[in-house]
Parts: sequence; structure tokens; C-alpha cells
Amino acid sequence: MILSIYNFTLLTDKIHSFLSAHMSEEFVLTTELVLIGLLIVTFVAVLAMVLIYTERKVAAYMQLREGPNRVGIYGTGQVVADVLKLVLKEGITPNGADKLMFNLAPYIVLSTCIMALAPIAFGNGLVLWDLNIGVLYITSITSLGVIGILIAGWSSNNKYSMLGAMRSGAQIVSYELSAGLCIISIVVLAGSMQMSEIVNSQADGWWIFKGHLPVIVAFIIFIIAATAELNRAPFDLAEAESELTAGFHTEYSGMKFAMFFLAEYINMFVLCAMAATLFLGGWMPFHIGHWTTFNNVMDYIPSPLWFLGKTFFIIFIIMWFRWTFPRLRVDQLLDLEWKYLLPISMINLLMIALMNILGWHF
Amino acid sequence: MGNVSLIVLMACGIGFCGLAQLVSKLIAPSSKNLQKLQAYECGVPTIGASWIQFNVGYYLFALIFLVFDVELMFLFPWAVVNKEMGITAFIEIVVFIFILFLGLLYAWKKGALKWM
Repeated sequence: MILSIYNFTLLTDKIHSFLSAHMSEEFVLTTELVLIGLLIVTFVAVLAMVLIYTERKVAAYMQLREGPNRVGIYGTGQVVADVLKLVLKEGITPNGADKLMFNLAPYIVLSTCIMALAPIAFGNGLVLWDLNIGVLYITSITSLGVIGILIAGWSSNNKYSMLGAMRSGAQIVSYELSAGLCIISIVVLAGSMQMSEIVNSQADGWWIFKGHLPVIVAFIIFIIAATAELNRAPFDLAEAESELTAGFHTEYSGMKFAMFFLAEYINMFVLCAMAATLFLGGWMPFHIGHWTTFNNVMDYIPSPLWFLGKTFFIIFIIMWFRWTFPRLRVDQLLDLEWKYLLPISMINLLMIALMNILGWHF
Repeated sequence: MGNVSLIVLMACGIGFCGLAQLVSKLIAPSSKNLQKLQAYECGVPTIGASWIQFNVGYYLFALIFLVFDVELMFLFPWAVVNKEMGITAFIEIVVFIFILFLGLLYAWKKGALKWM
């Protein structure tokens, strides 16, 4: 049984009734919306800082060095210092650029990836909008980000940016297919697109344990596709430093550049959170069969901790990739998707569907 | 929270982006000159426009992507009711995916998946 003390609907209900007791109805709604907005902005900013710090520390320890360690305790102040530095930088719009589009692109990229946070279940009852097509919503909203990237690359009027944007676009749309097929295979098993129902369907075991080999294959393909969709190494041709300086955001500086950076890390969180929810049970604690004592102990760990733990585990794997595999060539990258991952994930989806109909999973 | 939260999230994104740029504009030093506003390429004035005709390979991939993305949209409703519809719907979906798979094989044979 999931412990009720960590049910966050109780908390939100309490806040709602407290506000209703003191204010009129419209004012309650406004207050709640403002609260949500502040919470989300804080969360996004803190998340990006934590991820940047993690990225630098992981990179450092993989290469047997210390990483940032001067500003603050263990270098934790480094990210804050970097943000301050970026704020103090001048934002340049080049003369040749399409000024409107150039300034519009960061808004599109950032707001789409923040919008993708809506249906993610952070804990038991801790979800902003638990809509019935949650998974479909996330896939469609995250794929809107590519429009922002193409606009940024095109409007810069810079050959590096243009090439980088085209490569990013081709790569993101290609890998979206196999990622989508892996998402569908979990929708088949869970019988719902709603995030909370997908999590609830894993109460007696996470899909990666219940679903035998096909789900493990789907999980691996999803991780590969997510890495490619994020334009991260080994799939970072779009911003291969030695060829294209920085890809589509070559011309961006100061805060506009920071917005692209922020969006990249939030996107990473969203995709890893998806992987954790679909395959590793979201906020569901780890349970083993009939070990009642063990299961009860696991229940005492709050659900948001479970969710964040799993998400950060997958984020760590993706960061690990970066220092393990060399960068691919464009033709190898597209071959990998169209000639290997797409056929494999299609057949895998059919196998999972058959398994589900015949009731072969646990 | 319902669909109002979507508007809030969008406002968060736009507001955050706008506010950060506004703060930066207010406190950051600014000095603009012709050299600084050039495109960042190689240090000398750039030759030729960047808005030119582009390699057709990208558009071929975009076209194949479109076909399979629409397929994906068709698969979502089936995936939800997979258990109830049973083996009949499964065979229909196998036929559907097989036909699209033939399309992929055709594109492959024609060399659309070959780079350059």
C-alpha cells in the first residue's frame, strides 16, 4: 500500500480551502495561479543550476579532475557566479540578422519546454495538470521546440548557425519517431495515456521488470533517442565545436544565450522524467514481491524523492554517454535511426502488443 | 488545475525570458560598433548570403518523417484500447505497419536514406 501521509492532494486541498475561507472565488484562482507560476519559475531556475553543476562535476570526475571547487562550498557557487556573469554581458543582435525572428526564437524555445512540465507527476498527487492525453501532450509540445531552433538558426544569417539548425532539425525529427514508438509501447501496456494511470499501473512492479525483454529493448532505444533529441554527445553534430563553433546559437550572447542553455537543460529533465515515469515507475517506491517489511520501509521514502532519484539516475547515464562514445558522422547518425532503431522499435512495439493481448507479462 | 495552468506555464516562459533580458539590458554595459555587429564567421567580412538553396537530403528526410509521424498519431488511439480490441485490431495494425514498412524499404532502395 502507498502511504497516505505523502498524498499531496491533501495538502493542495488544504491550501485551497484555506484560501477559499478568506477570499472570493476569482481571487482564490488568481492567487493559486500566481503561486503556481512562482513555484514553476523557482523550480526551473534551481533545476537548471543543479543540472549544470552536476554536469560539470560528472565530467570532471570522469576525467580524474576536481571540477569547479573555488566558489562556495565544493564549487556550488560557481553556477551562481556564471549566471551573474551572463547577466552582465551585452546582448548583441547582428546587423545582418532578421531582427524580429532573432529575438523571438529564445521565447519559443523556452516557453515550449516549460509548457512540457505540466503533466509530469512529481509525486503522489503532485501534478500540475493530469490530463488524459498526458503522454501525447508531452511528445507534441517538446517537438514544437524544433521550430524555435530552426528560427534561431535561419534568422542569424550566419552559415554556421544555418548548418547547425538544419542538422539539429533533421536529427530531432528523425529520433522523435523511435522515441514515439517506445512511448506507445508503454501506452499499450498501461492502457492509458494519462500520467497518473501509467504510474498506478506500475504499483505491483515497474514496467522494466514486468515487461520482459521487449520493454528493456524499448527502454534502451528510448534513452538513445532522448540523447539524440537533446543534441547531446555522441549525437552533438549540430554544435560540433570544431566544425560549427556552437551550431544554431552561434550568434546569441548574454541572456539570450542563457535562455537556450536553460531550455536545453529543462528539455533534458523533461525527457528523463518521461523515461523514469514510463519505464521505472515514476514516483512508485521499489517493492519486492512479498517482503512486507522491506516494502513498508520503502514506502516511508517520500514519493518526490523517488521520482527525482530515478530521473537523476537517467540524467547521469546520459551525462556518462558524453564521455564514453566518440561523436558520430551525419550519415552514421541518420543510418542508425532509419536503418536500425526505427525497424527494431516497430517490431518491438508489435511484440509488446502481442504480449499484452496474450497476457504474458506479469 | 486544469487548462488554465497551460496559460500560466506559457506566461512563465515568456515572462522569465523577457525579464531576464530586461534586467540584463538595464545593468549590462553596452558599446556597439560595426565590427561587433558583424556575423561571427572568420574575422573578415563574410562572402555571400547565408539564405541560400540547401542540400535536398534534409527535405527527403523531412518527407519520410512526415509519413511516419502521421503513422505514430494513428497508433496512439489503438494503443489505448489494445487490450479490449484484442487480436483482430492487432492483425489490422500489423497490416498497417507492414504497408508503411514497405514504404520505408522503397525509400531505402531508392537511395533516399543515403546521405549525399
